[in-house]
Amino acid sequence: MRWGTVPALGVALVALLAVGPFLPAWAVFMLTVAFAKALVVLGLVIMMRAGLVSFGQGLFYGLGAYAAGLATNFFGLTDALVLALLGSIVAAATGFVLGFVMARYREIFFAMLSLALSMILYGILVRSSALGSTDGFNLSPPSFFGFKVGAQQSRLLLYMLTVTLACGSAMALHRFVGSYAGVISQAILTNEIRVEYLGASVTRVLHLVYVIGAAMGGLGGALVALAAGHIDPELAYWTTSGEFVFVAILSGTGHVAAPLLGMTIFEAIRSFALEYSPYTWQMVVGLSMLAVILFLPSGLWSLFSRKRKGETA
Amino acid sequence: MNGSLISARGLVKRFGAVTAADNVSVEIRPHETVGIIGANGAGKTTFVNIVTGYLKPDDGAIYFRGQDITRLPPREVTRLGIRRSFQVAQLFPNLSVRDNVLVALAAAAGAFPSAFAQLRTQAQIEEAERILARVGLDALVHRNTTELPQGQRKLLDIAIAMIGQSAALLLDEPTSGISAEEKFPLMDLVLNAARAAEATVLFIEHDMEVVERYAERVIAFYDGRVIADGEPAHVFVDADVRRFVVGAELHRRERGHA
Repeated sequence: MRWGTVPALGVALVALLAVGPFLPAWAVFMLTVAFAKALVVLGLVIMMRAGLVSFGQGLFYGLGAYAAGLATNFFGLTDALVLALLGSIVAAATGFVLGFVMARYREIFFAMLSLALSMILYGILVRSSALGSTDGFNLSPPSFFGFKVGAQQSRLLLYMLTVTLACGSAMALHRFVGSYAGVISQAILTNEIRVEYLGASVTRVLHLVYVIGAAMGGLGGALVALAAGHIDPELAYWTTSGEFVFVAILSGTGHVAAPLLGMTIFEAIRSFALEYSPYTWQMVVGLSMLAVILFLPSGLWSLFSRKRKGETA
Repeated sequence: MNGSLISARGLVKRFGAVTAADNVSVEIRPHETVGIIGANGAGKTTFVNIVTGYLKPDDGAIYFRGQDITRLPPREVTRLGIRRSFQVAQLFPNLSVRDNVLVALAAAAGAFPSAFAQLRTQAQIEEAERILARVGLDALVHRNTTELPQGQRKLLDIAIAMIGQSAALLLDEPTSGISAEEKFPLMDLVLNAARAAEATVLFIEHDMEVVERYAERVIAFYDGRVIADGEPAHVFVDADVRRFVVGAELHRRERGHA
């Protein structure tokens, strides 16, 4: 018997929470960053299913991180969950406003416009000396549900918060993928005019999908800021956005769990490649990508999915 | 004009030097079955495209139950109850046959589809399979639409066009690409369903046998203009229609068989 996606993610979450205390510190940190960035990719995957390939998710990633950083350093908000949600809300609100324009563009125009918007944020951040310019600034350590804890425990609690949010988001987005809007967003990928002629609004569905991508980007950015304890404009730079597209293609858009796995593998490859061949790690990453494109054109997830007849999601 | 379901008044549409609609005025009454004939390029599909909001006319207006719908997008025209099928089946090739129907069910439910309500529920799947069974595609639910022959793609296109409340159904060459044995059963099926829904049917058709058999009224287009409009018996004996439409169709058929 096959497991449903939601129970399977629930079991994975329990397992991730249970092994947390036994993992070495470097693994806890690596997994926290991987799952936080996986949230961004998860949002991107939902967008890509509808045909929107954004080369500018760094915009929302950066916004989420700076929202969390500013709230903690200037307004004294320290609760990790509140900061993460704040990052997500700020990004989603920005996405909602930009969505009125962005939902009208497709393909390369959408990709380039999203890239341009992220580079505008980068430009602003680089020129803002109050925000540390290119150096960025450090964040004060977060608290958890009102409790201040030591650095060791703080890292573990942030890991637990991040994997919970990542698995929870994957479950919620799995529901979205099977919803009216989710299935229609897939139909938009191949025949927009027909969707309109069936009575649904293509623009509204794409706007919604764009806001989901923004919210996920902001959530991931805020969590990475908390994990690293430092933010700088690099978060909004185009190479950061490119990395999300890279991992989305590496993972595949076939399943909501794919980005979680893809990002973990990507971070692991990068960590080990950096460790063992600091000058050629990008080549290792590039060759891994080439192998995936050649042998697993639907992404890493195709290793796990036996094609079910009649299921397109 | 009173009591018209769809009222087209003085429609003009130019594409560069070509005038695809040249002062077209047509009144469609409720519960009619109207055949639209004309040679290729006569302006039949342009007329349907203007009525459904895909093209905006350069001049003239469209009214639906007295409401001006000239500037409405296809989505809103569809929601008012004017639905259409396409000359070349317009499907979602990345989805299964069943999911194509589910998309239509979801779209019919609202212009702003729910991000929470689940689409693949037992009830929805059964509904989709019932719809597919009606057009004889129930054995192919899990197939990808790209695997279907043209005739079956066309059937699916018409089936999803008929999902939701329709006051008028506009079919663009429903029997083209359909085998000779299947064209009458298809038209019977579509017209019975339309009658049950009390919908008006307009169909563009090159096959004069189909027009003669099903149309209660025939509108003939030539060069962007309506050259005849009325009962089939009258339209088919019209000199212009014989010259520009029926003659052309006979010629076309002879060439096709040669």
